[in-house]
Amino acid sequence: MINLTIDNKKVQGQEGQTVLQVAEANGIHIPTLCYMEGVHENFSCRICVVEVEGMRNLQPSCSVKAAEGMVVRTNNEKVLSARRTIVNLMLSNGAHNCLSCEKNGDCQLQDAAYELGIEAPKFILKSENDPGIDDSSPMIIRDNRKCILCKRCVIACNKIVDNDVLGLAQRGSETVVVCDTDKPMGESSCVQCGECVQRCPVGALIEKKSVGKARSWETTKVRTTCPYCGVGCQLNLHMKGEEIVKVTGVEGAQPNDGRLCVKGRFGYDFIYSDERLTTPLIKQADGTFREASWDEALDLVANKFKAIIAKYGPEAVAGVSCARSTNENSYQMQKLVRAVFQSPNIDHCARVCHAPTVSGLMKSFGTGGMTNSIQEFANTKLLFCIGTNMTEAHPVASTFVKNGARNGAKLIVCDPRRHRLADYADIFAQMKVGSDVAFLNAIMNVLINEDLYDKEFVRDHCENFEELKACVMKYPPERGEEISGVPKETIIEIARMLGTVKPAMLIYTLGITEHTCGTDNVISVANLQMLLGNIGKENTGVNPLRGQNNVQGACDMGALPNVLPGYQSFTDPAVNAKFAKAWGVDSIPAKNGLMIAQMLDGLLDKTIRGLFLFGENLVQAEPDIAHVEKCMAAAEFLVSTDIFMTETTRFAHVILPAASWCEDEGTYTNCERRISRVRKIKNAPGEAKPDWWIFKQIAKRFGHEWASNSAREIWDNELAVLCPSFAGVKYYRLDGDGIQWPCPSEDHPGTQILHKDGNFTRGKGLLVPLEWTPPAEVPDAEYPFVLSTGRRLYHYHTRTQTGRAKGLNDLLPEEYADISDIDAGRMGIADGEKIRVWSRRGSVEVTARVSERIQPGLVWMAFHYREGNANWLTNKAYDRVTMTPEYKACAVNISKL
Amino acid sequence: MNMNPEERETVCKCGQETEEQKYERLDQVIEIYKSKPGSLIQILHMAQGIFGHIPSELQEYIAGKLNMPVAKVHGVVSFYTHFSMVPKGEHTIQVCMGTACFVRGGKEILETLTDELGIGVGETTPDGKFTLEVTRCIGACGLAPAVTIDNVVYQMMDSNKIKQVLKNGEFGA
Repeated sequence: MINLTIDNKKVQGQEGQTVLQVAEANGIHIPTLCYMEGVHENFSCRICVVEVEGMRNLQPSCSVKAAEGMVVRTNNEKVLSARRTIVNLMLSNGAHNCLSCEKNGDCQLQDAAYELGIEAPKFILKSENDPGIDDSSPMIIRDNRKCILCKRCVIACNKIVDNDVLGLAQRGSETVVVCDTDKPMGESSCVQCGECVQRCPVGALIEKKSVGKARSWETTKVRTTCPYCGVGCQLNLHMKGEEIVKVTGVEGAQPNDGRLCVKGRFGYDFIYSDERLTTPLIKQADGTFREASWDEALDLVANKFKAIIAKYGPEAVAGVSCARSTNENSYQMQKLVRAVFQSPNIDHCARVCHAPTVSGLMKSFGTGGMTNSIQEFANTKLLFCIGTNMTEAHPVASTFVKNGARNGAKLIVCDPRRHRLADYADIFAQMKVGSDVAFLNAIMNVLINEDLYDKEFVRDHCENFEELKACVMKYPPERGEEISGVPKETIIEIARMLGTVKPAMLIYTLGITEHTCGTDNVISVANLQMLLGNIGKENTGVNPLRGQNNVQGACDMGALPNVLPGYQSFTDPAVNAKFAKAWGVDSIPAKNGLMIAQMLDGLLDKTIRGLFLFGENLVQAEPDIAHVEKCMAAAEFLVSTDIFMTETTRFAHVILPAASWCEDEGTYTNCERRISRVRKIKNAPGEAKPDWWIFKQIAKRFGHEWASNSAREIWDNELAVLCPSFAGVKYYRLDGDGIQWPCPSEDHPGTQILHKDGNFTRGKGLLVPLEWTPPAEVPDAEYPFVLSTGRRLYHYHTRTQTGRAKGLNDLLPEEYADISDIDAGRMGIADGEKIRVWSRRGSVEVTARVSERIQPGLVWMAFHYREGNANWLTNKAYDRVTMTPEYKACAVNISKL
Repeated sequence: MNMNPEERETVCKCGQETEEQKYERLDQVIEIYKSKPGSLIQILHMAQGIFGHIPSELQEYIAGKLNMPVAKVHGVVSFYTHFSMVPKGEHTIQVCMGTACFVRGGKEILETLTDELGIGVGETTPDGKFTLEVTRCIGACGLAPAVTIDNVVYQMMDSNKIKQVLKNGEFGA
């Protein structure tokens, strides 16, 4: 603690703080235009100058460290005069037209001028060159005439989000902020994350979508959670009436500290689309839909399900819940299926992504969630990223990994594609698709043979080591190389780095899970981290990045065929009785239900006759579209609740219009188990209703009266009561950064790190010996390429939302097939040319993207558009444990058109 | 400049080499310097020697090789007048605009040159013969006003003298 005097006031500060920080903390305002907490490294604006007794010149308070006994004056005439000159010079240079500027009222230069009593610029400076306006990018307008060269945007781009696009060019009075080599932003490597816009103190960088929408003082801010990936970024929605004018990240908040990606910042306007479903629809005999009242539609749904259950038994009906929607809605859906329909058949789309994570980590550790937290990425010493293209799929999480690498952490990236993150890596291992178990076994082989594993941790906290050892001894680095294609020297180098640099975090995504051996792959990464003792401590752990905003939550809610909410077992009589009592029934079906793929096949063979789809676009998202459509067409009765017509709703007999994100209260749980609030800012369009209400109304028609009448009541009165791991989570506690489960009581702060000190949920960690198995379909003479699939930065899944957000279609207007430059050269295919890609299931025509980042023999595609969708080609082969489809590997052929 | 043997390999052989050969030589230079911190300027210097100028594609190539933001490379290239992003003429004329040269008529000499050559500062004549630049003080204040052509100093110039120099057509040492 140090004591100093600022403006005759005695104040205290911490050792190492700057004068600016001490002043701020003590409520003394010092203006600044370039300061950014945490990453401040440029002292360029100079308006934060103060007078410090005993120092000759005025000092920038952002760089001068506070010292014991220091006497500081922040507002005497000498200081104010200096500030006036600086602000006058800034105002005199360029074109600061406050009258029509989007930043008017929210501009820090304007504020500084106001504080200093500057009515009009004092000087007239003639600019040599007019930089003009750059509106070449879909989301951001750059107006360098208003730029004051504070460099915040440059530091934001290079040091916060590490996208490395913006820089300063030229010199002296011609200094200018540029993208890459002074390209228009729309032609540069910019990914439109908008961090620069959020950090700009003036109107030099603004959101294109927001122009003309509102003056800053007309808006109010509402905090909510992003509706896209599983990172769960906290957003401030800037509202004017019912309209979102713009979105900014919540600075200082977990998990994103103000950072957002292009979808989170600019992908919000789908909720206002004219294509929203506004009324229940019933399919007529001729196949078209007619509008219906809620009563008619709900009666029809209830009567049809009642009839099917009466005739064929409860197991002839099934429900698919939604990982895009809230916890409360998923909870309500599984309650409808289990308690009201008395069917065990409830599943959701974690089945097609991270079901192996839940099952694998449950087996290894006893809890199926990310063990550590996103904030730790920036602080650890080693980051091992396998099967995760996170700069595109989890952009904000990737910024913390890049920060970590810049802070000196070692970065190992293992992937079939040399994706963007590999550019930051110390070691990049370009593996063959589907070789993970062999590759990881070979690493563990070296760790054990070279005595580099954590013997103490293994001895005290793990079981089954000898069995694991016997297995990995069959995978020397030579065999690892033979199967994975990664040189044995690299395998040894990775093992030695892992063995010597601690702590280390392992991060993975769907490159691990979407295989026939998906659960094995998950267990394999768990084996590795246990062997290294990297579990139960800060900056360690097994960290799966979940794909959807609430896929963790939908699993937690028991929208899975094998567990009840909170991963409780329906076969435990006490648990079953507890839920039965709470839900007003005699018992809950005590058997595992069907998984999505089995439900679809069930539609064909008539074991499933009634299917309730909640917000799922299965036709586009499941493997082998032709097969899925055949199943859908065979459905006896299909209900779909959704916010838009999709490829899947075409097959429904009844479509129920739902409230979307922003139209109801609720919670999402992100991949680090953080339960965060989602807030209502507008009413749903037309007669659309929240999903929990829809499920409640159907239950009512079955004679069940559900008490809870809001998301809050559902959580506080049902979930917190029924699930020990959420017992301490109540809405009144969720206003800020939410709570990470497990949280057993209301005085518990939540759990950042699981399995603390090696105390695994299951007791000891289980090391499981695993043999490598190849993908179900491997290349042959007829289909010599491997197809691997996933999502790209600018769209989300089947585009029902991002396709209706202005600008995102411009950034990614169609599907592409990424192929290697070597294959392209051999086959005479040029970048941008149309090619045909076909498999044993189907054929598509798609534009080729030729890239040196793709290994020869690999084709990579996404599933955003119906035309050229990868799922016309993908294989209906499934993970042996969880039936997650093998989206990452099937055999295809390609030809030039 | 004190050159080691590898560096000597990077002196300009413009016009005698294929693009591929130029990139090969650049790769050798980058290999020598890339592990040394703060070597970007040296690499750019060599790159300009090899290619004659440093266009955007070359900046991107160097940034990629050094694993560095391309904007940072561009920042350095655009900061120093020594680096050029466009092809330079056969001869580079630099008019000194240091204080001494300026007050003794540097500006008139520049005007004469822009008239004679028909180009502005930073531009190259359509026949590719001359590039016209201005420079800060070159340390030859006693010889003001001074002009350099291909690094050779022409002293105490005036409009007529500089016209004569151009007419003679013999430049360099």
